[in-house]
Amino acid sequence: MVMNLDKCIGCHTCSVTCKQAWTNRPGTEYVWFNNVETRPGQGYPRTYQDQERWLGGWERTKRGRLRLKGGGRLRKLFSIFSNPKMPSIQDYYEPWTYDYETLINAPLSDQMPVAQPRSLISGDPMKIEWSANWDDNLAGGPDLIADDPILKKISDEVKLEFEQTFMFYLPRICEHCINPSCVASCPSGAMYKRSEDGIVLVDQDRCRGWRMCVSGCPYKKVYFNHRTGKAEKCTLCYPRIEVGLPTVCSETCVGRLRYLGLVLYDADGVLEAASVEDPKDLYEAQLDIMLDPHDPAVVEAARRDGIAEDWISAAQRSPVYKLAKDYRVALPLHPEYRTMPMVWYIPPLSPVVDRIRDTGHDAEDAGNLFGAIEALRIPIEYLAELFTAGDPAPVDAVLRKLAAMRSYMRDVNLGRDTRPEIPAGVGMTEESLHAMYRLLAIAKYEDRY
Amino acid sequence: MTQGANDDTTGLDGAVSDLLLRTGRYFTRSEVGDHLRTVHKRGGRGGDVFYRDRWSHDKVVRSTHGVNCTGSCSWKVYVKDGIITWESQETDYPSVGPDRPEYEPRGCPRGAAFSWYTYSPTRVRYPYARGVLVEMFREAKARLGDPVDAWSDIQADPERRRRYQKARGKGGLIRIRWEEAVEMIAAAHVHAIKTYGPDRVAGFSPIPAMSMVSHAAGARFIELIGGAMTSFYDWYADLPVASPQVFGDQTDVPESGDWWDASYLVMWGSNVPVTRTPDAHWMAEARYRGTKVIAVSPDYADNTKFADEWLPAQPGTDGALGMAMGHVILREFFVERQVPAFSDYVRQYTDLPFLVTLTERDGAYVPGKFVTAADLAADDAREPGEGDEWKTVVLDEHTGTPVVPNGSIGFRHTESGIGRWNLDLDDVQPRLTLHAEPDSTGVELLLPRFDEPTGPTVLRRGVPARRLGERLVTTVFDLMLAQYGVARDGLPGEWPTGYNDPTHPYTPAWQEEITSVKAETAARIAREFAQNAEESGGRSMVIMGAGICQWFHGDTTYRSILALLMLTGCMGRNGGGWAHYVGQEKCRPFTGWATLAMGLDWSRPPRQMIGTAYWYTHTDQWRYDGYQANALASPLATGHFDQMHTADVVAQSARMGWMPSYPQFDRSPLDLVDEAEAAGVDPKEHVVQQLRSGQLGYACEDPDAPENWPRVLTVWRANLLGSSSKGNEYFLRHLLGTDANLRASQTPEDRRPRDVTWRAEAPEGKLDLLLSMDFRMTSTTLLSDVVLPAATWYEKHDLSTTDMHPYIHAFTPAIDPPWETRSDFDTFSGIARAFSALAAKHLGVRKDLVATALQHDTPGEVAQPGGLVRDWRRDDVDPVPGRSMWGLAVVERDYAAIAEKMATLGPLVDSLGTTTKAVTIKPDREVSELAALGGVMNAPGSPADGRPALDTDIKMASAILALSGTTNGRLATEGFRVLEKRVGRPLHHLAEGAEEKRITFPDTQARPVPVITSPEWSGSETGGRRYAPFTVNVEELKPWHTLTGRMHFFLDHDWMSDLGETLPVFRPPLDMTALFDEPALGDGSGTGVTDLTVRYLTPHSKWSIHSEYQDNLLMLSLSRGGPTMWMSPADAARIDVSDNDWVEAVNRNGVVVCRAIVSHRMPAGTVYVHHAQERTIDVPLTETTGKRGGIHNSLTRLLVKPTHLIGGYAQLSFAFNYLGPTGNQRDEITVVRRRSQEVTY
Repeated sequence: MVMNLDKCIGCHTCSVTCKQAWTNRPGTEYVWFNNVETRPGQGYPRTYQDQERWLGGWERTKRGRLRLKGGGRLRKLFSIFSNPKMPSIQDYYEPWTYDYETLINAPLSDQMPVAQPRSLISGDPMKIEWSANWDDNLAGGPDLIADDPILKKISDEVKLEFEQTFMFYLPRICEHCINPSCVASCPSGAMYKRSEDGIVLVDQDRCRGWRMCVSGCPYKKVYFNHRTGKAEKCTLCYPRIEVGLPTVCSETCVGRLRYLGLVLYDADGVLEAASVEDPKDLYEAQLDIMLDPHDPAVVEAARRDGIAEDWISAAQRSPVYKLAKDYRVALPLHPEYRTMPMVWYIPPLSPVVDRIRDTGHDAEDAGNLFGAIEALRIPIEYLAELFTAGDPAPVDAVLRKLAAMRSYMRDVNLGRDTRPEIPAGVGMTEESLHAMYRLLAIAKYEDRY
Repeated sequence: MTQGANDDTTGLDGAVSDLLLRTGRYFTRSEVGDHLRTVHKRGGRGGDVFYRDRWSHDKVVRSTHGVNCTGSCSWKVYVKDGIITWESQETDYPSVGPDRPEYEPRGCPRGAAFSWYTYSPTRVRYPYARGVLVEMFREAKARLGDPVDAWSDIQADPERRRRYQKARGKGGLIRIRWEEAVEMIAAAHVHAIKTYGPDRVAGFSPIPAMSMVSHAAGARFIELIGGAMTSFYDWYADLPVASPQVFGDQTDVPESGDWWDASYLVMWGSNVPVTRTPDAHWMAEARYRGTKVIAVSPDYADNTKFADEWLPAQPGTDGALGMAMGHVILREFFVERQVPAFSDYVRQYTDLPFLVTLTERDGAYVPGKFVTAADLAADDAREPGEGDEWKTVVLDEHTGTPVVPNGSIGFRHTESGIGRWNLDLDDVQPRLTLHAEPDSTGVELLLPRFDEPTGPTVLRRGVPARRLGERLVTTVFDLMLAQYGVARDGLPGEWPTGYNDPTHPYTPAWQEEITSVKAETAARIAREFAQNAEESGGRSMVIMGAGICQWFHGDTTYRSILALLMLTGCMGRNGGGWAHYVGQEKCRPFTGWATLAMGLDWSRPPRQMIGTAYWYTHTDQWRYDGYQANALASPLATGHFDQMHTADVVAQSARMGWMPSYPQFDRSPLDLVDEAEAAGVDPKEHVVQQLRSGQLGYACEDPDAPENWPRVLTVWRANLLGSSSKGNEYFLRHLLGTDANLRASQTPEDRRPRDVTWRAEAPEGKLDLLLSMDFRMTSTTLLSDVVLPAATWYEKHDLSTTDMHPYIHAFTPAIDPPWETRSDFDTFSGIARAFSALAAKHLGVRKDLVATALQHDTPGEVAQPGGLVRDWRRDDVDPVPGRSMWGLAVVERDYAAIAEKMATLGPLVDSLGTTTKAVTIKPDREVSELAALGGVMNAPGSPADGRPALDTDIKMASAILALSGTTNGRLATEGFRVLEKRVGRPLHHLAEGAEEKRITFPDTQARPVPVITSPEWSGSETGGRRYAPFTVNVEELKPWHTLTGRMHFFLDHDWMSDLGETLPVFRPPLDMTALFDEPALGDGSGTGVTDLTVRYLTPHSKWSIHSEYQDNLLMLSLSRGGPTMWMSPADAARIDVSDNDWVEAVNRNGVVVCRAIVSHRMPAGTVYVHHAQERTIDVPLTETTGKRGGIHNSLTRLLVKPTHLIGGYAQLSFAFNYLGPTGNQRDEITVVRRRSQEVTY
């Protein structure tokens, strides 16, 4: 899946349709397979990105081997009965409801009836102090946002810029990683990645509720159902995918920013790619194992492995492949976790030209809009910490492409002569820029999924 | 590339764990991959069953949400085992073309959370009524036998009446049977009609587009019995009064798909991702076409994320920015350089070239009235011709002589105007300016300015003027340059020295001091905006919304922005023009809906009331005005508002026939006819005679007299008391008579009304019955005497449209209404049957004297030439119905037949036809088709016998579709043929080819259907183009419905002049300290308690649509779980508040308790309490009063702007939801303080 964050309006429709379809039941009240976070912000569960604290994902040993950050699998086996790296319900949020019945049943008194909040865990009245999305739209301000693990990583200069206010939204589902640390963490063998479509699932019959998957997942996208005592997670809506329907979150995305597509990858190259030494190389390494579906050799190998013809042509039409590899505008979320995540993101282009002009650029010249990418409102450094293990170059390249598309298309829009030097400046042709424009802007249903 | 698991350079963990895992392989049946990282499984998928089961469902039903959001999104509702499980968006909107994004998938998180309500614990499952009232009613009925007698018995006893009124809102609702509930309701209606008259009954239900049948079903009942429907668009302050003022149109805007056509897009006070969630993608995507996007917002609003530039104008100062941008555009594109595309456009489509008389004042001049053909006739000592007083005049560029061009309103209602109501200028080239003309001289012009903190003063500027007969005239264009401070050689007056001159309005530097937007930025954006319009052919667009509309002076702000669009030729263009989005829902099949909802098929005229004046009067907010009506007047005013209280202004407007007012008179309108007939005089003459003699008074001149109170109010599809009721606490105290947190003091004696009677005691508890229908418990249902359980949007048949997209589509029940719930259609049918049965005994057939205001788009709009104030009670003018006062009509009401009339399509559709915007057509064919399709009523002896049946919701929906041009191509074509006779130019081609197209109800259930271009609206969709307003006017030269027939910069009415608003002008937010003695902004109370006075804004919420969804558990879980107030870190620090602390906001109007959200996205000095957080969820008792905290509107109150009450004058004439005072609420301020963190409920 690719999500174009540049188009995300932060509406949370995806979260609600997902929750209504999958997790509005006892034991999963606090569970949002799909959630949307305002960045900067703490995320859900709080500060989940701080792997020094939660120890999710993989780490690379000095010998170059991958080891679960939470401890080798042996250690996991031995610490199975006490798991300090497991987020508490407070780290998610204590789910609640209200005394709604009072509104109907209240006897005559001297005040208007009101529905008070009541914990869904204890049943007691409560003061609500955290929710599934507490710091939405920068709610809580600097005090809360100071605990954003990403913000902590970046330089003081960027933090100063933060004072000038920026925000964007980060919708998240399970990454359905190629190298899933949750699966590797499970002592019961209850988690598996489906070979045909790569969907990572929890076998509800086999799950013994050890919750090692919860702590093993650096994205905190496996949840514990406290009613059934089993782990649950985003299923990529496989009952829909199997009959040719997009996931609920994709189809209901009102920003029209989600793309679903098939990617052929070199399964044998996964471990090596996940083990490259410099985390900044993980993005390229993962790109490298994505196979070109138009390459006759790849097609031949796929046929040999029994991959059906319609799957091959689906891979050839895949918008995910186009965005990640052809146009190189989509980036993985936290490649440094070394799980090889498969939900990628187009970073948000967030201009606000005041700042661009302050850098000496003439904002009226559309050609200069992308000459000042480094002065956009959202600090590139922040985005790089999310998508490229801190390397600003790939993020910069993506934003330049988006800006180039806008400049180029403005000429088309106004009936002027086009300027081929604009796409050339970002390593694209007029044709490829136009094709990318159609995929990102026109984005018809059949082109998104 | 393959590397083994035991490779030293890559691999997992170490040898021991590998060994253990290898061992593990033997305990699983699955195959473990080489790397031991994957487990392969073959065969069945036992573990997957759970989710597969969960996904399975029995059926998927198309429906939508009938909520006031303009979304009109088509949804799939999933049903399993007869239970609604969840919903997701439909994606099958017909394509808008290969090179554009599509409308799919429309929806938002709120809509996605709707099914929660179906089985929620707040669902109203049964009829409820207040226990104390039920006991009284049962007792009285047992004693007296008759329900009406029982109700009357209770009402006649002040003690019992007050007892149940005081219990309102305090619990004690008990479940009752439907039959008993309906009997009480019917009895209350019969009692009110019998005792006081039908105009004492009212209904409130907004926005028909969001569920036309449900709206029409109730409105039809109210109208047929002679009750008044109160308006909502103006009451919500969603009506941009600038629209009737400038365009002569209620509001007509582009669909969101047309944003795509823009190449410059300004979002001004409109937070698109939050308030137009399903449409926001068009804005995000248009950027990829190279469209530049600007956000104007005081906070870092959600849409700022998408903006190329953010102009953080201080709240309420947007008009200053608009005026400065206009200054730049006028200077650079009209004076320093002329852009033919702009000057040709304004010549043809605006009033800029029209001549205005200058009136002498203190040695200088002020703008007077438009020169008319009648003036020219007078100069030539001729008798004026037909309609000449209404024909405006330009100077021909070629000849220099005055010309009366076609298209003004003088051609609209006259015989001689047939074929000449058009914008065809022939060979005439209207002259824009008299500057540098040999026969003109510069004269000094006086103009009001309002921006100075010390109060309004007078600007001295100059215009070129020449003599025309005796009078000195200039053009509107020249007045505009004077107003905007654009200097030209040789003109007297004081002018700014340049853009950087901050001392003179309206320069960029001047606005910077007011808005905080840099002068250079304002000038550059204005320049870019106009350049883009020039290069793109008018494709600069402004999306504007509640953030700038809902201020007291929102109309002036709007006019300053509309000026930018008109000057640059953007109106009436795809991709250009205004895009006003707040509450503007478009009921596309307007004619069919209006015919049924207003009961026009059975009786005309209907009673339609301006909501704001209704609530201002009947909730006694007028008794708390701290100022007189002239407090807001221009320093150049001629005294029209002197010594007047705003209640006097309301009454005068009613007396002059400008605006409606119900109850009408201080006597029952049924009795008035009886009296006249007994005396053998014409009822209308009887009324005039009684008024003249003073024996009959207007109810609004003594609103607190018990006979002038509203008595029965029905609220459905609405939450009046939890949402829109500005001055909520006044409603509670005076209209309902229950407890309130009201703290204001009443108007001091020296500022009390001149004409309106002031009674020593303000009444408490005016309503006999408050009835509401809902599917959830709201503040309104909690306060109601009777609550009826409504079917939800997934449980009934209905229709939905919006102006955001061009489709019409259906509500369809996914399940039958559960428990004892009923659709609004069935509920009102039941009430009507019970009412008719009781009415047969108590009312019978009566005649009702109906008074109505002079109406827009009818000859009433040309009743009072010159825009003069002529009050028959004070001035030398006779009360003549339909001219100097209301129109009067006698309507027969067969009260026993109401239910039968409701259930059939009445005969006036065939005999009188339907009329929309003065286009009358006779849908005779449609009536017989409806009869054939749905059958006729078999009721011998009844007036309804043989008439087409409307006895189901589907039949009503079918009738709406059949009677409207947008859904019936034959009528669209027919309508255009009628219109082209008046216009004198071909128009029917706009619907040609659609004659055969009939959109039926099943069509709308199958898939959203694009509507047909129809004279009901101003845009063309012919050939599948995107809808943009006024494209028909621009392309077909069909006039706007205004005085000149063009878009207006200048408004020459007396009251506009006295308020200083004849031209676009900047008016700052109201000074509540001066008007109401509130503490000054930024002040603490000085009492030692840490508190702070801040601007109090109530923008639309991300987590609700008004009050809907704000109680929804999903939305609460995604936000803060209860009512909140957003504030800046600086303000929070000043009053020692941390994030999530309980705070209390207090002003004279009431008290709000909520929790603080501290965020740096907020500007200092302003707090947001999002609309509409009501008192049902997590609202504690206040520290201030010890009572339950209020809703967001507990801190606001109504402030009526006198100019909104103008009527009888061209586009400034009343029509329902078209013109009326707005219920604006944004100028308010409040004290905020941290309260005790221990709260009690």
